Amino acid sequence: MNELLSTEEKRAVIELLYQLADDDFIISYRGSEWLGLAPHIEEDVAFSSISQDTMGHAAMYYQLLEELGEKDRDYLSHARKSNERKNAVLLELVNGEGHYLHEPRYDWAFTVVRHYYYSQAKKVKIESLKQSSYPPLAAAAVKISMELHYHLMHWTVWFTQLLNAGGEAKKRMLKAIAKVEAEFEDVLSLGPLSKEIVKAQLIEEESRLLLSFHANINAVFNDLSIPYKGEFTSLSGRGRFGEHTEDLSEALNTLGEVYHSDPGAVW
Amino acid sequence: MNWGNGFTKGEQNQLLDVLHKVKDPEIDSVSIIELGMVEKIDGDKQVIHIYLLPTFMGCPALDIIKSTVLKALASIEWIQHANVYYLNDPPWTSDRVTPEGRERLKEFGIAPPPKIDVMKGGWEVSCPYCDSLYTTMENLFGPTACRSILYCKSCKNPFEAMKPLSTLM
Repeated sequence: MNELLSTEEKRAVIELLYQLADDDFIISYRGSEWLGLAPHIEEDVAFSSISQDTMGHAAMYYQLLEELGEKDRDYLSHARKSNERKNAVLLELVNGEGHYLHEPRYDWAFTVVRHYYYSQAKKVKIESLKQSSYPPLAAAAVKISMELHYHLMHWTVWFTQLLNAGGEAKKRMLKAIAKVEAEFEDVLSLGPLSKEIVKAQLIEEESRLLLSFHANINAVFNDLSIPYKGEFTSLSGRGRFGEHTEDLSEALNTLGEVYHSDPGAVW
Repeated sequence: MNWGNGFTKGEQNQLLDVLHKVKDPEIDSVSIIELGMVEKIDGDKQVIHIYLLPTFMGCPALDIIKSTVLKALASIEWIQHANVYYLNDPPWTSDRVTPEGRERLKEFGIAPPPKIDVMKGGWEVSCPYCDSLYTTMENLFGPTACRSILYCKSCKNPFEAMKPLSTLM
């Protein structure tokens, strides 16, 4: 298959795979930081399971990159610097104030909204990727889709129940929605090679993805009787173009600590 | 499960016997064959290739299963070299669990993956101990990626069930 790709197509596949891999990688890391801190024990079990699945999805994408001649997947996940990462900035932002080892004052509303919006966006992309012209990616999408089904179900429950609760919960959720939407343009962006990615028919164009996303979310907001603006910006930077925050560098230092102690080790 | 052309019937049976001994490290009553994880056995006596399907992508047992398969194959004297690969295509779905596999899961106290009612958008799980359908979902996510936690209101036992996975989802 690989030898059937033109040089331009191969560049486009690689670019898209880095976006998909880096997104899942960093958001599952942020999810893992909640371990032991989630609102109740059932959530602790569910959230860590979701984060584990999501890390599995990242590993699958890194594996596809390895097969396309990029470095091995341990290197790709751990050793690449912040400015080489293609994940959306929203997904790298800290969970809230404090540190998971010391006075974590994490923001559950922000976490629910971020994961809910991200799962909805991932769903739209995965549906499109099932028709990807690159067969290994289309097969991966079918596989991921089955697990994503449960993730989306989970975050939908939290999202709708907290918004239906009214009072303090609703206030915090609306604040979190504003924060997430201010960064969300980046999530549905296909980055600097978007033209080449679409031309190679790897995934639908950004405007189509965005339309599907709006349609899905709009229906949910309607049911909740909350107006949906759907105006997105990239307030803290465009991750697809290698622009990142200090939050990402710190996360990479922490999660790469063991890897960097002995990069050649076999685990 | 598919076979390449490189093996006699006797060799196939020998391979099946050995692979039946490879159990899920977290559910040690059920083999990878009963779970429907073995997609294809190919190659010949010189080099044998085993193609497995992962159940859930983030499952930490995958590497363990791979090395257990290699160890198990080493017990067959005519095999010179063995490779084990994981495939994403076709995807593993819960209808691949064999009837024996479903029974083995129940013996372990885990309800086998229920059939999905796509029209209703849901699924019903019967208790692995008393077969009652009077059960409730406690947590969709369980101790491993592939399991949920439920409670039987008839016999008052908590139990786990394998999550259904289908390409219709």
